[in-house]
Amino acid sequence: MAKKKNRAPTTALANAGPNDDIGEETRRRLYEVQVIIREAEQRAFDLFLQNLVKGTSHLSLGQEAIAAGFAVAMRPSDLSFCTYRGHAHTLARGVPIEKVLGELMQRDNGLMRGKGGSMHLTSVEHGVMGSYAIIGAHLPIACGAALRAQYKGADDVSVCFFGDGTTNIGAFHEALNFAAVWKLPVVFVCENNLYMEYTPIGEVTAVAHPAADRASAYGLERIVIDGNDADAVYRVAQTAFARARAGEGPSLIECLTYRHSGHSRADPAKYRPEGELERWKERDPIKIYRERLIQFGFEETAIAAIEANVRRMVEDATATCKAAAPPAVEILFSDVYADGGWAWRN
Amino acid sequence: MAELTYRDAVTRAIAQEMSRDPDVIFFGEDVAKPGGVFKTTVGLYEQFGPRRVRDTPISEQAILGAAMGAAMTGLKPIAEIMFSDFFAVCFDYIANEFPKSRYMSNGQLKCPLVVRTANGAGSRFGAQHSQSVENWAMMIPGLKVVAPSTPRDVIGLMAAAVRDPDPVIFFEHKSLYATKGEVPDGEIVDTLGSAKIVRPGKDATILALALMVPRALDAATRLKREHDIDCEVIDVRSLVPLDTRAILGSVARTHRVFTVEENPRLCGWGAEIVSIIADEAFYDLDGPPVRITTPHIPLPAADTLEDLVLPTPDRIVETVRRSLSA
Repeated sequence: MAKKKNRAPTTALANAGPNDDIGEETRRRLYEVQVIIREAEQRAFDLFLQNLVKGTSHLSLGQEAIAAGFAVAMRPSDLSFCTYRGHAHTLARGVPIEKVLGELMQRDNGLMRGKGGSMHLTSVEHGVMGSYAIIGAHLPIACGAALRAQYKGADDVSVCFFGDGTTNIGAFHEALNFAAVWKLPVVFVCENNLYMEYTPIGEVTAVAHPAADRASAYGLERIVIDGNDADAVYRVAQTAFARARAGEGPSLIECLTYRHSGHSRADPAKYRPEGELERWKERDPIKIYRERLIQFGFEETAIAAIEANVRRMVEDATATCKAAAPPAVEILFSDVYADGGWAWRN
Repeated sequence: MAELTYRDAVTRAIAQEMSRDPDVIFFGEDVAKPGGVFKTTVGLYEQFGPRRVRDTPISEQAILGAAMGAAMTGLKPIAEIMFSDFFAVCFDYIANEFPKSRYMSNGQLKCPLVVRTANGAGSRFGAQHSQSVENWAMMIPGLKVVAPSTPRDVIGLMAAAVRDPDPVIFFEHKSLYATKGEVPDGEIVDTLGSAKIVRPGKDATILALALMVPRALDAATRLKREHDIDCEVIDVRSLVPLDTRAILGSVARTHRVFTVEENPRLCGWGAEIVSIIADEAFYDLDGPPVRITTPHIPLPAADTLEDLVLPTPDRIVETVRRSLSA
């Protein structure tokens, strides 16, 4: 049986007009968040080339619209659960750039003072309940946070982001069934960037759409959207969140997108067919959204001011991080246990 | 004071904590309406209702992951993994997620939960439903690990585990479920990290855990009666935190030490304790520490074979007698 290839979807610029449902301020924010992610991720890559970002890092260049669309649709009380490709989602919730870059550079000013690293970004005060580096692990964890919301009668939603590769691991299926059976207020967001690490997802998956084509097995609606269009992401997020808050249970959303960089810093992505990256770069989410703003009447100078401001923020954050000290040695033995220490014996 | 089975003590312990704290919830496979495959949770569903006591699908990763998500956002979940052998299919949570989230987040995340599970041999279930895997949990920084041997300790240690702010792995022994013991009336709360001298003695220290505690006590009675060897028996109770003070104090008095471990030989909990004794109490010893363990083999199903490999009172008596007369 021939499988349909995932292609870049073409979304007509519909809905343009004065009765737009998204509105000027939200659009400005959607653009700004995407630019923050783009500039910070690009800076992370540059700092890696200067050997200032250590360890590994997994960039979301090209996938910014998903993080921005969901984060802007969230309330402050909503919770994000991310993967090791989590810089974007962390920044999108408003975590300062210097905290993220500081952690990537393994400095004392980092989000977790260098104890977690790039793959585990966490900022509870911003609702970022951790970035999980074992594929699939956080889907059940997001279910548990949603279970607490349901139990307590709280109206927050747990939003769980993961890649296409996650759809082939057991925890994905356990979590979807669990969430559906218990009608938990959780939204599962698959960022289908067409590659599970290095291998095309289509080569290792029984269905064309790794998340959406599994939805019916759990009684869920099949949802595939253009993940490079922040408006489409924002709208689908609003619908899913409303459903979750109304007690109607989980949603599974597959966002089609493309990773401009390799899987991790070690990956030059030589496995890509010629021209694929270039074709997707024509559908760069930031390029799309900049045109969208113009179409909706934003002044070029206003857009340029957003971009200049973000670039200045990234410059300032970089300078702060470069000047920051390495982690204080005394934190090495702290916070293993809740008493603040690491004692396992008397 | 009432006599209670170890099995009913589990129910009473969970009920005690759920009555006290509305944030305690309990879930697992067949634990609610069916009351548990070992009948350890009978009546909890009826007492606390379907919101707090829930049957899950056979999804061990979902069970432990959900427990963690609920714990990190404010609840105090008790999750059951039916057999401790099944830790192997959800080990990511035990090894990577529960114990590391607080550290990796520099103290931002918390994980106050209890995983209770039926551990150990004696039911003739074969190699995948009989293991003693407390050492799987003991080796991971960030976890706490307890294994009660009496109904009273089931209640006291469960209460301590539920009230503890860290993730606690709570090993119940399935061959102890039918055993009985005196339990005081009213609330019982113990502390994690305290061993208990269950029989004082002066000639040798025997360290035991869970099902091996009654076997060590049986052996100690016979050693005294038949060989005039007076053994101190310590119920270790808590592997993490470990009450090394109680253990080293006993060794300083008796000058000999034996561990009785149900786990297979390599990297059993006794190996760690013996290494601590070797480091810190070597000159208190009058002879080599001796480990009495299950041999390093998968467990057989047949009763006659299983009985040959677990440490028995006979083997403890013989090992202690021979070592002390050498």
